[in-house]
Amino acid sequence: MILVIAEQREGKLNRATWEAVAAAQQLAGGAPISVAVLGASTGGLGQELAAASVAAVLVAENAALEPYTPDAYAAAASTLIESVKPAYVLLPHTYQTRDFAPLLAARIRKPLVTDVTGINGTGADATFTRPMFQGKLAAQVKPQAGPPAIITVQIGAFRADAVQKGGAAAVKKVDLQIDPSAIRQKPEAPFREAKQAVDLGQAERIVSVGRGIKSQENIALAEKLATAMGAEIAASRPICDNGWLPMERQIGSSGQTVAPKLYVALGISGAIQHLVGMKGSRTIVAINKDAEAPIFEVADYGIVGDLFEIAPALITELEKS
Amino acid sequence: MKIAVCIKQVPTREWQPRLNDQKTWIREADISYEMNEPDAYALEEALRLRERHGGEVVVCSAGPARVQTVIREALARGADRAIHVEHDSLGAADAFVIAEALAAAMKDEAFDLVLTGLQSDDQGHGQTGVILAERLGIPSSTIIMDVRIEGSSMRVKRELEGGWFQWLAMPLPALLTIQSGINQLRYATLKGIMAAKKKEIKKASLPDGLQPSQQVVGLAVPTRSKQTQMITGSPADAAKELVRRLRDEARAL
Ligand SMILES: Cc1cc2nc3c(=O)[nH]c(=O)nc-3n(C[C@H](O)[C@H](O)[C@H](O)COP(=O)(O)OP(=O)(O)OC[C@H]3O[C@@H](n4cnc5c(N)ncnc54)[C@H](O)[C@@H]3O)c2cc1C
Repeated sequence: MILVIAEQREGKLNRATWEAVAAAQQLAGGAPISVAVLGASTGGLGQELAAASVAAVLVAENAALEPYTPDAYAAAASTLIESVKPAYVLLPHTYQTRDFAPLLAARIRKPLVTDVTGINGTGADATFTRPMFQGKLAAQVKPQAGPPAIITVQIGAFRADAVQKGGAAAVKKVDLQIDPSAIRQKPEAPFREAKQAVDLGQAERIVSVGRGIKSQENIALAEKLATAMGAEIAASRPICDNGWLPMERQIGSSGQTVAPKLYVALGISGAIQHLVGMKGSRTIVAINKDAEAPIFEVADYGIVGDLFEIAPALITELEKS
Repeated sequence: MKIAVCIKQVPTREWQPRLNDQKTWIREADISYEMNEPDAYALEEALRLRERHGGEVVVCSAGPARVQTVIREALARGADRAIHVEHDSLGAADAFVIAEALAAAMKDEAFDLVLTGLQSDDQGHGQTGVILAERLGIPSSTIIMDVRIEGSSMRVKRELEGGWFQWLAMPLPALLTIQSGINQLRYATLKGIMAAKKKEIKKASLPDGLQPSQQVVGLAVPTRSKQTQMITGSPADAAKELVRRLRDEARAL
């Protein structure tokens, strides 16, 4: 048995949940799969999940699960694991999972393999591919001392549209006891910082600058290139962390998601948290001095070289015509 | 307030990976190391909290002898003392082993607040802090961008996806995993470096019998699935060719 824990917010399943179901179907190799959905009231989500070809959908409702807290979710997940006795537990690698999955693993003393991008083999013999060293290397990992092993799958690594449908899974209610006094985090309502003045989602072209730019003074070079291309300027997270460009120009999982006609990545390594924000762009150009940089994995055109030589040459070329 | 900051030493960003002969781990011989970046932000946050609320900042690190360099660096930036769980095997240990090793060395200290980075730039499990919290029997919250101490409890700002945030109230003691960018980092002054030489680094030993929770059976440079068209030549030639292709092929300009 493989258990998938779905992620829902305000009554909606996220796409990453379906990706985790697709990963589970690959890992199962025919073994049964249960999908659990947790929440105070989960409405029609159980039925929605039952469209997938799985053995069962478990609906675990408890008032203590809303709003989300790691303590309540770890408690709920450990109860589910006790009753289902799965060989693997699969979750999408989201901010929420990052928060409670290690707590769950620590509590039940079972292995947790995070950010998985590939599954090799099925069942007990499977190994899992995950990035290490900022994506410079890919490791094959074998969990020890399961079952279950808890696996979180990287966003976008499995295809939501590859989920096999057409199951006739029964939707079952599961009883959960959660002691509200054992929940130590008291969350307030989510909010966004002051309204964003720039909506990069509308930009046709974006020149995005990363830590390869080295210092604040050099941002002007990237801005000059952007002007020459008729592009908006944007950045990877460290540039905004340093205050070299405002937060609202950050691209990635904690910033904006964009899909312009042209995205030029200047001195950006291509960490997954950056890629999820821009890999839908129609044409991607990467300029990086490291030929092995992961950004080339998503680039249509690549130049390996020093951006302080390439960018001025590009500006000259663009200004010619 | 008694604040602990857990710090890991990781290969520098410029490091080009080389594998060992079995292709199960990196070749450690020719690596230069630095402080894990989110941990540097955690240290800075701890120093700021001490400035505001008094108390002490204790650096905790589990690793081989080489991690003394980052411990000294943290002391030079202003931490008061350090605990070093020293063992050669800790350089490649997974999150469970590191967290158990730290918990054993830290539990008698009864820290009010424990800060870690949200993940390490080497193995990147993103688990050590939260497992440590559970072993210390204290609550945790992750990906934190602001910390406000209010008596015996605190309010923390947690980052959510896509530019969203959320405040949470939590009791103390507690553990927080800190996100890069929470503050602006300070660097060590000469005075700090001199002072660090006299600060205490307490050695702790690795508890017996810790079992890894996962095993790396293979390590490789990731295979590329996309056909990237690489443009070569001098900067001027490459620029010319790229602009041509963006205009004629991709119609993106
Ligand atoms: C929870 C979480 C959320 C995150 N959210 C985001 C997010 O929303 N957006 C985001 O971008 N990151 C995010 N990150 C951070 C992300 O993991 C990376 O650390 C970050 O994207 C790295 O930025 P970078 O590529 O600019 O820097 P680095 O990784 O340091 O890369 C710099 C690159 O520049 C190249 N370079 C250096 N000098 C030159 C030169 N002279 N010429 C050409 N190339 C050069 C180098 O080869 C290197 O590839 C997040 C991380 C976490 C854990």
